Amino acid sequence: MADTTEKTLVLVGHGMVGQRFLEALADRGVTARTRVVVLCEEPRPAYDRVHLTSYFSEGVSPRELSVVEDGFMARHGIELHVGDPAVRVDRDRRTVTARSGLTVGYDTLVLATGSYPFVPPVPGKDAAGCFVYRTIEDLLAIEAYAAGVGSGAVVGGGLLGLEAAGALKGLGLDTHVVEFAPRLMPVQVDTGGGDALRRRVEALGVRVHTGVGTQQITVDGGTGRVTGMALSDGSHLPVGMVVFSAGVRPRDELARGCGLLVGERGGIVVDEQCRTADPSVFAIGECALAADGRVYGLVAPGYEMAETAARTVAGEAGAFTGADLSTKLKLLGVDVASFGDAHGTAEGCLDVCYSDARSGIYRKLVVGADGTLLGGVLVGDVESYGLLRPLTGSVPPVAPEHLVLPAGAGAPVALGPSALPDEAVVCSCNNVTKGAIRAAVGGAGAGGAGGGAGEHSCTSVAEVKKCTKAGTSCGSCVKVLGQLVDAELEAAGVEVDKGLCPHFAQTRAELYEIVLALRIPSYRQLLDGHGREGARGGEGCEVCKPAVASILASLAPVVGASVHVLEGEQAALQDTNDHFLANMQKNGSYSVVPRIPGGEITPEKLIVIGEVARDFGLYTKITGGQRIDLFGARVEQLPLIWARLVDAGFESGHAYGKALRTVKSCVGQTWCRYGVQDSVRMAIDLELRYRGLRSPHKLKSAVSGCARECAEAQSKDFGVIATANGWNLYVGGNGGATPRHADLLAKDLSDAELVRLVDRFLMFYIRTADRLERTSVWLERIPGGLEHVRDVVVHDSLGICEELEALMAAHVAGYRDEWAGTLDDPERLSRFVSFVNAPGTPDPTVRFVPERGQIKPEPILLSLTERVTV
Amino acid sequence: MTTMTDLLSPAAAPSVPGTVELHVGGRWLAVCAAEALLPGRGVAALLPDGRQAALFRDRAGRTYAIGNVDPFTGAGVLSHGLVGAVGDRPYVASPLLKQRFDLVDGRCLDDEAVAVATYPVRVR
Repeated sequence: MADTTEKTLVLVGHGMVGQRFLEALADRGVTARTRVVVLCEEPRPAYDRVHLTSYFSEGVSPRELSVVEDGFMARHGIELHVGDPAVRVDRDRRTVTARSGLTVGYDTLVLATGSYPFVPPVPGKDAAGCFVYRTIEDLLAIEAYAAGVGSGAVVGGGLLGLEAAGALKGLGLDTHVVEFAPRLMPVQVDTGGGDALRRRVEALGVRVHTGVGTQQITVDGGTGRVTGMALSDGSHLPVGMVVFSAGVRPRDELARGCGLLVGERGGIVVDEQCRTADPSVFAIGECALAADGRVYGLVAPGYEMAETAARTVAGEAGAFTGADLSTKLKLLGVDVASFGDAHGTAEGCLDVCYSDARSGIYRKLVVGADGTLLGGVLVGDVESYGLLRPLTGSVPPVAPEHLVLPAGAGAPVALGPSALPDEAVVCSCNNVTKGAIRAAVGGAGAGGAGGGAGEHSCTSVAEVKKCTKAGTSCGSCVKVLGQLVDAELEAAGVEVDKGLCPHFAQTRAELYEIVLALRIPSYRQLLDGHGREGARGGEGCEVCKPAVASILASLAPVVGASVHVLEGEQAALQDTNDHFLANMQKNGSYSVVPRIPGGEITPEKLIVIGEVARDFGLYTKITGGQRIDLFGARVEQLPLIWARLVDAGFESGHAYGKALRTVKSCVGQTWCRYGVQDSVRMAIDLELRYRGLRSPHKLKSAVSGCARECAEAQSKDFGVIATANGWNLYVGGNGGATPRHADLLAKDLSDAELVRLVDRFLMFYIRTADRLERTSVWLERIPGGLEHVRDVVVHDSLGICEELEALMAAHVAGYRDEWAGTLDDPERLSRFVSFVNAPGTPDPTVRFVPERGQIKPEPILLSLTERVTV
Repeated sequence: MTTMTDLLSPAAAPSVPGTVELHVGGRWLAVCAAEALLPGRGVAALLPDGRQAALFRDRAGRTYAIGNVDPFTGAGVLSHGLVGAVGDRPYVASPLLKQRFDLVDGRCLDDEAVAVATYPVRVR
């Protein structure tokens, strides 16, 4: 070997994935300091296999199909040996031997050998006139043979099969497709999509035979040439040639030959770095069995693996953990796309379908019971694919039926606030369209129906709300409204103010840092010292007051703010619910939720809740968080109710606060025959540890005692699932309007490790999240996402974990029950009256009527006497 | 059974002198001690004619009184809302659906067609 100081990397296989790997190496400068040798079986460098058919359909030459930029190999000093496949690997001596006898020593070996076409073992499969469809050489052979026959059949109606059919059609043959499954492209599309596809394909003159198998290739005894196919339905299909396109298999023979582990059904076993059990050998692309247990036959995941392996070789972090199999392609001129859960396998999911047999257009969306877009199939018109696929896993902003209707039907594809059409109703309560909102902001081209553009020139959500009434009723569209207003302003060149409100130019996270760094104990001090010019010394507003109150509460023990949220100045900052330590309901009455840690409660305590509810006439309902909500309390009843509850050992459940709500649990190992850990104990420990913790938004948690996940931990801000070895911690889950499955943060943790990680995670979230930003949104928003959070809280990449833990320790040590602390304080108690001048008089507007044996708010007839004509 | 009076018995001494009075029905009505009004936070008062008023005090010590019933929901809750300001104009945001009402003239800042009553108020 030439140079002993220089390392050698050998790449076996030069297909699309191999070439991408070389480019990724070059990008990272690896080729400059490493000898790179490539062994390629085919007689030409890597070419675009995906567009092989264009050789026939568009007259593209093999040379034009190349994916290697001219001069690439020379520029990077890469030694490429074409037509000389590797035949043997000696891992002990670290050498690769090629067919020519060339033997190269390696420090790193990368296998990118791709796959080979699977040919079913039918009699006659090797006759003259039988082909596979994989390489340019296959294609040239098919072309040569086709010149002497009038018809051909493709075995396999999948993705590649239809490509091959396109090729035969392009050669002028009478073309048949024989597919064993009941429809074309059975992996990607459903029955309806298969039907639409079939009509389209047949319209092109290709004959489709589905639900039949190939039993034998019939051969002329004299010439040895193909004469046709015997099919499983007893029929005989006379054709002059047969192309097998019944799937591919990984080419893992080199790996087998040198003792590397391969999967049961083939594929070289690799880890998330695409590394085999031998640390100096990698496998990428179709020959690899990825860490998620799958062999990927698509080029996009192959590219991802190439990037991952190159990163690893270059000493950078990278992982390939799996890819989705969404596909969009043009087959025989027919557009086909499938994405996500295209077959609707999720429990309780529903289809929203548009099918036009006449024009061969088929669109199906799979939607979860809660409206989440789970996947879909598009045939004939795939225009919306680029918008639909990114939305998978979220609830689209418009009804799914609007997403499948053709543009001409008056409801064009409309996704994401910026993709919404002007006529889309953003605020359904007040029937305000996007066009009207754009017109209010004054953006250009706000649409004919929306009135003249630029007539209002609003520059904030508040102004748009006032101008259009959008977002003034249920408020659920306010977030979309904000995004629309920002987008309009940005488009108009107006600098968008990221500040919290008109009184602070900082974001919530920035204010948190200021309060923590400067130990600011009060809102006034923060506003007067760090508010916007002109806001200092003023009142502030209903946005910044509770946000700052939350920061002060989170940091109270550290910055010297009062620990009780109703102490001193803090009392005036709290949202109404926090101010009365209860949840205001629609008629001005309040509801009461005592904490029931982990959902575990004694019969005695249950009886106390029942007695309190009975004595005060409260409506009683079990919550989703395994506790009990008592509705219909008047303000002046709250202390009396809580005196009873505190006396029985209950504490505040913080249902009113942006704080830890509940930690649900399943019954766990103690009772359940499947349980592997004591989930109830852990849930109680976690709930007691984090009770009272104020955060940017509410926090929910759950602990499941085994992988059956009965506590639904993966839909929580932090969820814990027991394993045989400890606990898995999931973060960033959410239910509600935009459900999100939680991400696994760390595995097999001990009790202490789990608590330490949750401490860090929660404090990092509290420190960096925006106002009213749930962990699910935060995790999606922060740069680097989950990986960054993992780096920070698991690997301490910012060196702040000690501080995060100390902050949490201070919170835990400083916790006091808010209701006990209120009952002890006459001044705080004095606020719990309906009327300051008539403490004993209940508010006469709070009235109830009976329903199903309990109470409900009396429907309020809006009193016109309270409205003053302006 | 515990009563409100029991709970309230050891009342704290007033820290802000004076009484808040409301002009209603042609006369000044004493409503509460000034110290019951926390800056930025309201209280509700029951008026002799059965109507309700919400009273507020801002940081500068100025007092305001408007109708307590939220015209959008019919609930007597405006006194429970948070006080803010647009420039120098103080307002209260309804705790139910967050519409804002100017504390000086009672107009709803989010719906020009709606307003609540205002009452003259003083501290003596």
